[in-house]
Amino acid sequence: MENKGYTAKDFSSDQEVRWCPGCGDYSILKQVQSIMPEIGVDKEDIVFISGIGCSSRFPYYMNTFGMHSIHGRATAIASGLKAARPDLSVWIITGDGDSLSIGGNHLIHLLRRNFDTNILLFNNQIYGLTKGQYSPTSEKGKKTKSTPMGSIDHPFNPLALCMGADATFIARTMDRDPKHMREMLKRSNDHKGSSLLEIYQNCNVFNDGAFFGMTDKETKMNQTLFLEDGQPLLFGENKSKGIKLDGFKPVVVSMEDTSADDLWIHDEKDRVKAGLLTRFFDDEMPRPFGVFYLEDRMLYEEALVGQIEEAKNLKGQGNLDELLKGSNTWSID
Amino acid sequence: MTQETVEKVVIFFAGDSGDGIQLTGSQFTNTAALYGNDLSTFPDFPAEIRAPQGTLAGVSGFQLSFGSTEIFTPGDECDVLVVMNVAALKANIKRLKKGGAIIVNTDGFDKRNLRLAGYDDGENPLSDNSLSDYRVSEMNVTKLTRECLVDITLGIKEKDRCKNMFVLGFVYWMYNRTLNHTIDFLTQKFKSKPEVLEANIKVLKAGYNFADTCEISSSRFEVKPAKMSAGTYRNIMGNQATAMGLIAASQQSGLELFYGTYPITPASDILHELAKHKNFGVKSFQAEDEIAAVSAAIGASFGGSLGVTATSGPGVALKGEAIGLAFMLELPLVIVNVQRGGPSTGLPTKTEQADLLQAMYGRNGEAPIPVVSASTPSDCFEASLEACRIAIEHMTPVFFLSDGYIANGAEPWMFPQSKDLKEIKVPMTTKTEDYLPYKRDEKLVREWAIPGMAGLEHRLGGLEKENETGNVSYDSDNHEFMVKTRAEKVERIADFIPLQGIDSGADKGKVLVLAWGSTYGAVKTAVKELLIEGYSVSHAHLRYINPLPKNLSQLLNGFDSVLIPEINDGQLIKIIRDKYLIDAIPFNKIKGTPFEAREIKNRIIELHDGK
Repeated sequence: MENKGYTAKDFSSDQEVRWCPGCGDYSILKQVQSIMPEIGVDKEDIVFISGIGCSSRFPYYMNTFGMHSIHGRATAIASGLKAARPDLSVWIITGDGDSLSIGGNHLIHLLRRNFDTNILLFNNQIYGLTKGQYSPTSEKGKKTKSTPMGSIDHPFNPLALCMGADATFIARTMDRDPKHMREMLKRSNDHKGSSLLEIYQNCNVFNDGAFFGMTDKETKMNQTLFLEDGQPLLFGENKSKGIKLDGFKPVVVSMEDTSADDLWIHDEKDRVKAGLLTRFFDDEMPRPFGVFYLEDRMLYEEALVGQIEEAKNLKGQGNLDELLKGSNTWSID
Repeated sequence: MTQETVEKVVIFFAGDSGDGIQLTGSQFTNTAALYGNDLSTFPDFPAEIRAPQGTLAGVSGFQLSFGSTEIFTPGDECDVLVVMNVAALKANIKRLKKGGAIIVNTDGFDKRNLRLAGYDDGENPLSDNSLSDYRVSEMNVTKLTRECLVDITLGIKEKDRCKNMFVLGFVYWMYNRTLNHTIDFLTQKFKSKPEVLEANIKVLKAGYNFADTCEISSSRFEVKPAKMSAGTYRNIMGNQATAMGLIAASQQSGLELFYGTYPITPASDILHELAKHKNFGVKSFQAEDEIAAVSAAIGASFGGSLGVTATSGPGVALKGEAIGLAFMLELPLVIVNVQRGGPSTGLPTKTEQADLLQAMYGRNGEAPIPVVSASTPSDCFEASLEACRIAIEHMTPVFFLSDGYIANGAEPWMFPQSKDLKEIKVPMTTKTEDYLPYKRDEKLVREWAIPGMAGLEHRLGGLEKENETGNVSYDSDNHEFMVKTRAEKVERIADFIPLQGIDSGADKGKVLVLAWGSTYGAVKTAVKELLIEGYSVSHAHLRYINPLPKNLSQLLNGFDSVLIPEINDGQLIKIIRDKYLIDAIPFNKIKGTPFEAREIKNRIIELHDGK
């Protein structure tokens, strides 16, 4: 990618960042600003659209075009923007409440239409801005202000939901792994189509340690699985464990008695396997990070422009006087 | 056989919703229009697409008034009622004037149909003398249609679908019309189905010839062309005119038109019309819901397009928060509300003017939005173009109010030339640096900068913003200042709209009828007649409801009383009373149908004579 001579600083606005000290959002902001000079797009052609929630303050801190809109609708607003302006690089900033609760409908429809946009879904499994109610990704039994006896809601599995909506790019990363996040941000940007990047983000005020097991030195080796295209699924200390498929059933095996050739080889373009990977969602399996799935599919905005061009070819550029006149007229002298 | 010349005729076609009644009506309309009659139409159909056959609930109707004089409404009482079955007769006989003609398809009066329409065994309105006040022409349309198609290899079902053409041919004969226009239409419609085309034309001609030769139709009528202003005319429906107004606004402003919408009765035809005109660069987007539709339009406007969303009342309710966002962002957005009977799902296919207060006040916080309304089918063109002009030139969302009556109604239109349309000036900034998104001109309108403009990167949002910079601000004085400024911006639009004129009558007198929207035709007809009869009455019709024209107060003061007729329970009247502190008198109808001219007339007479 071409470097336009920008530095990360060029993408920092003059507004004071107001997230709580220690919030995972700082790390995400920093990584996004740091990859911006590398994506080869002029600053004026970049737009960040957000909904409502802690994460949705994000556009105010980016020195690009931006809109802090209303709850749940960033995806719908971005759809209209991208349809009107296919030339822009459009980034959607949303959270688990914004995109999976109030805005769930627009998220799945944006994904199926495949607008070329990048969705950064900050998942902290809690409502932060409203001071600590459970969210649609909070685990069952979670005690919060609104669920003193524990949540009885079955949580969403965001990536499985997005797979179900036929997303063309699905990936996961986390706030505590800036290097991996940078890579995932860049890959999201590179994908032509709707890119859904789920970012596990710690809310140190209302849900501290939600992803502790996946970030703590002691446990993360066993609880995380980093996906690489064409590589076997290996995890654990010194990659001592692997995952192989027994039919459609994933099985954890020890590498002491298994050859790497027998393991599940990650294939980013395999829809069936990607579906299985999104279901690594309980304590039995390590949590996957990386690109789960990608496919090339027609972009909505290109098809939209294509139809307009086709109509112009068939009927010629519209003529207002012809339109007003219609096909049947009569004159009175 | 007699031949009579008449000034004006009102025909009502009625049948099952699958009988092709709307097509029959619109064909007669177009033929009358091309002949040079003035006319007005009103389709009246059930909410169900194919409601149970033969029942009262399934009756679809189409009313048409045409004449050699000026016509402003589809008419109060009908001269002719065409009924395809007994349910259609039962549901509509009340519309027919005493001595009027009924054209009956006797096949729709069999045992089954009689039972479905709620008649007891042995009861039949055709044989019990209940129709003795009318002139009844009976014919078995189904049988005659089938006989005429004996040599055609279509199935019975397909043959029976031609029935409406028999009736149309019959009525064409009654009113001395040629079949040419309908034959052209059928040729176009069925160009890939030659057999169906042949069948339809055969039946159309058979209906015409049947009328000519049989004994049952004894009179034939001549309705001469109307003396209308010189010019070239076309026939136009309201929703079609709205679509054209939006396209014209796009052309006049140079902004691409983005139309985000979700299907809803009675607004969907605007989408259907716009989707046909992609060669104007129109981007029509059928969203997943009403909220996405308006949100996408806002996104498009943010990108520099003319964002438009259209719906009916229930959809506006869903869009409320996003409309507030557009107001706060100060971006152009047009919200088309083709009103229907409410509340809730209400009466989807019936008309009402009950969303005016929703347009005026239906948002959280202080969020005044300009409101423009259309008065007739063809007026939808100019009014929607005006709504777009205000939205763009004043950087604000604007409501455009139409309703089911004018949206589906049709009338002749002396269409304008594009060169005579107003230019729309887009307040796009010419700056390349030091851009302040909320710095305003003397109209209080901010300058617009869109993505792609280097050096003008900025952030907009729904949070209260600091004056000029647009940065988030929770300062209390700033908030009050911004609320007042945004309201004042909308008020100042009054300097950029025409003064209110009087439509009929003098500018001073006893009674002023102050109306808005689709009541136009009925009020105009009533006031014109009363003026001839010597009453001191005038008619003023509002297009701009927010802000109201600057001279309205002065105009109202010229009359002893102000009557405000509305197809709602009193909405404009609340605004007028609030704003001008006058004792305006309401006149309301909430039956899902338009006013009849005589209803307005009677009320004016009462008021005039001090009752």
